[in-house]
Amino acid sequence: MATKSGRTIGYTKQKTAKELLFCWEALLIVILLAVNIMNICLSSNYLNLYNLFTNINSFLVKGFIAFPMAYILLLGDIDLSVGSVVCLSATILGITYNGTGSIVLAIIACLLVGFACGAFNGLVLTKFTELAPMIVTLATMTLFRGLSERILGDTSTKGMRNVKWFANIYDGRIGPVPYLFILFVILAIVFGLVMHKTTFGRHMFAIGANKVAAEYAGIRVQRIRFIVFTLMGFICGMSGVFYSSWVGSIKNDIADGYELEAISMCVLGGISSMGGKGTFPGALIAIFIIGLLRYGLGLINVNSQTISIIIGTLLIFVVMAPNLKFKLPGKKEVDSTASEN
Amino acid sequence: MADTILRLKDITKIFPGVKALDKVEFDLRPGEIHALMGENGAGKSTFIKVITGVHQAEEGEMYLNEKPVRFKNTREAQKAGIAAIYQHVTAYPHLTVAENIFMGHQKIRMGFVQWKQMYDEADKLLKELNADFNSRRQMGTLSVAQQQMVEIAKALSMDAHILIMDEPTASLTKRESEELYRIARKLRDEGVSIIFISHRFEDMYALATRVTVFRDAKYIGTYDVDKITNADLIKAMVGREITDLYPKPDVEIGEEVLRVEKLGRTGYFKDVSFSVRKGEILGLTGLVGARRTEVIQTICGIEKLSSGKIFVHGKEVTIKNASDAQSLGIGLLPEDRQTQGLILDWGIGRNITLPEIRRYVKGVFIDEKEENKAAHDVAEEVDTKAVTIFDKASSLSGGNQQKVVVAKALNSDYQVLILDEPTKGVDVGAKAAIYEIMGELASKGYAIIMISSEMPEILGMCDRIVVMCEGRVTGELGRNETTQEKILELAMTKKSAERSAVQ
Repeated sequence: MATKSGRTIGYTKQKTAKELLFCWEALLIVILLAVNIMNICLSSNYLNLYNLFTNINSFLVKGFIAFPMAYILLLGDIDLSVGSVVCLSATILGITYNGTGSIVLAIIACLLVGFACGAFNGLVLTKFTELAPMIVTLATMTLFRGLSERILGDTSTKGMRNVKWFANIYDGRIGPVPYLFILFVILAIVFGLVMHKTTFGRHMFAIGANKVAAEYAGIRVQRIRFIVFTLMGFICGMSGVFYSSWVGSIKNDIADGYELEAISMCVLGGISSMGGKGTFPGALIAIFIIGLLRYGLGLINVNSQTISIIIGTLLIFVVMAPNLKFKLPGKKEVDSTASEN
Repeated sequence: MADTILRLKDITKIFPGVKALDKVEFDLRPGEIHALMGENGAGKSTFIKVITGVHQAEEGEMYLNEKPVRFKNTREAQKAGIAAIYQHVTAYPHLTVAENIFMGHQKIRMGFVQWKQMYDEADKLLKELNADFNSRRQMGTLSVAQQQMVEIAKALSMDAHILIMDEPTASLTKRESEELYRIARKLRDEGVSIIFISHRFEDMYALATRVTVFRDAKYIGTYDVDKITNADLIKAMVGREITDLYPKPDVEIGEEVLRVEKLGRTGYFKDVSFSVRKGEILGLTGLVGARRTEVIQTICGIEKLSSGKIFVHGKEVTIKNASDAQSLGIGLLPEDRQTQGLILDWGIGRNITLPEIRRYVKGVFIDEKEENKAAHDVAEEVDTKAVTIFDKASSLSGGNQQKVVVAKALNSDYQVLILDEPTKGVDVGAKAAIYEIMGELASKGYAIIMISSEMPEILGMCDRIVVMCEGRVTGELGRNETTQEKILELAMTKKSAERSAVQ
């Protein structure tokens, strides 16, 4: 069709070695290695698999939340309520158990509450699209936390870990590998494949890159946002179960700051907070960077405030890195956070 | 007084990997309106940015009043009396007109802004331009044409004697354009020299005495407007002759594909009825504000309908969202390709396959090899000027971006294609290509609706023309009974309830 100019357009793509070398994930792997080397130097015991997994397990509880958070950021949205949702669902788990004595019922209630909180966020945001997600989820963050405070007051729920199999959700292992880690790996694969290899993932990238064009292309933008926010809530409910299984007593201030931790992990992983850019493997590596860095600094008794300062500094540098690279003379632009995988 | 006020010689500007300007020259006489023309990507914008100090040329000299100058930034150019008005007004919509005019050079005494003085001076400038609004209005409440007037006032407030206008008429109505011509002539008579960039030949004929043409970053020539023919000018711009700009093939018109009856959306339009048949190109025209875009947006499920019926192949359908419309075979090529039609950050391949990505799913995952192959095939079919399908859409010129939007629609199984201002902001070479594609699509049996404000293309391409005015259909004309005057008359018919919905 049209007067042919005889031009041909290429359609096979090979990543050059340079592109691979300079991609964001490569940089993250270098950082991860550096953190590990640091930890090995700090503690001769670091490479003991059993200990290592014990510590990994503890940050996986919030690591799970980074998965759907990656989706939410990819859409160009944000969810600040996740910590409160974990707290509220764990609260409900606790009081259901204390009230009925049935841990199964308690788990179901916990997951349902997480699901409902996510769906509520999703409903408000998709029915009133003019509202900013940051403000809406800031409000629900306060709301959900307030509900936990009202339900628990100064008390805490107890006794869940007396149920052996429930405690085993967190404690149980196959060899040195905890159940939680296995689940984490499985979910990581699923979340990664959905994001990069399926229609749903492609639609999320499109919405994040240009919501209007996505709408015109026939993508059900609001439906996808609703699904993702609801998914977020459900995973928070799951995290609530893991937290309860880990700690065994729930107070109204647990999981405080999970939202920022999850967002930090994603942003460090190269998921743009403006939406439409990033890779899932990047976010996955970043979960381990932040988790292991906290662990390593904890080993030498750095207090938690100082750890925050260090992680904050790292975040700033890493987020600035691509911009710094462009400013260096003589270096060609490398699109490190390209949407193409 | 010098014979030329501004002269540029052998200007070369190199961006990484691209020569954006290759030894171009230009001269501007005092009190002259000089048109600068060329296809998209010819280097006009870069050239303007060199003059205004946004970019610095690698080679070449610039003389202001025969004195060599070199601007390191825009501020130096402004001080030298050069101001530019861009196509997309870069204003502060929440501030007042006066604040916009004096942004960057506020009247300040002892650290305090002299509001009264600023408003008075702004009003004086606006009065000189015959503006029908005062300087206390909020910028955002003005029309595009009025905002441009503010930009001009801003340039005057800086005592600019060289004014550069980059496609100022692109989003103006005919009346507003004429108002702009009047202002430009008035400024010229007062001694301001103007460089005027436009795709529209009318602009050039109305204003300029001389025209300079760039093509592929090179200087082609400078001509006296009254001595060059239209055809020669197009040839200079495109580099080849375009024999028939509107290659409308004779197509046998088949059965009715889409019909709308008494469509209405409260506050926007009412009682809109028309139909389109297989192989037919239906024009939908009217002045700005006729609500043509709103009508097709409701047909395509972007906006909600408040009354009326839509029939596809004679069967009534309900369309609740864009995906419903698409599965009924109705495809929209939106007016604003940069925000509605394309994801600029993406490669052209992914843009093309986006609406139909499900088709390439094998099992649960997208088969990217097949996807890329399919995208490549349609991209070549419309002759997109790109190296690979991974080129970002933002890297293409306007005409080629439009081709990608067309390719995107072709890749989907549509029967009705709705094109909203398909040639807006597209240069003449790409325009011809888009018309050619439209003609071929009609012969392939697509039913096509084209929204356009440009009379020549409506007259040249359409089998039937539906004219709208202020949310109502005011008439429908066949190909042979149409003239520009008839259309304009219908487009300006105001109260026309009885004449609406002509079947």
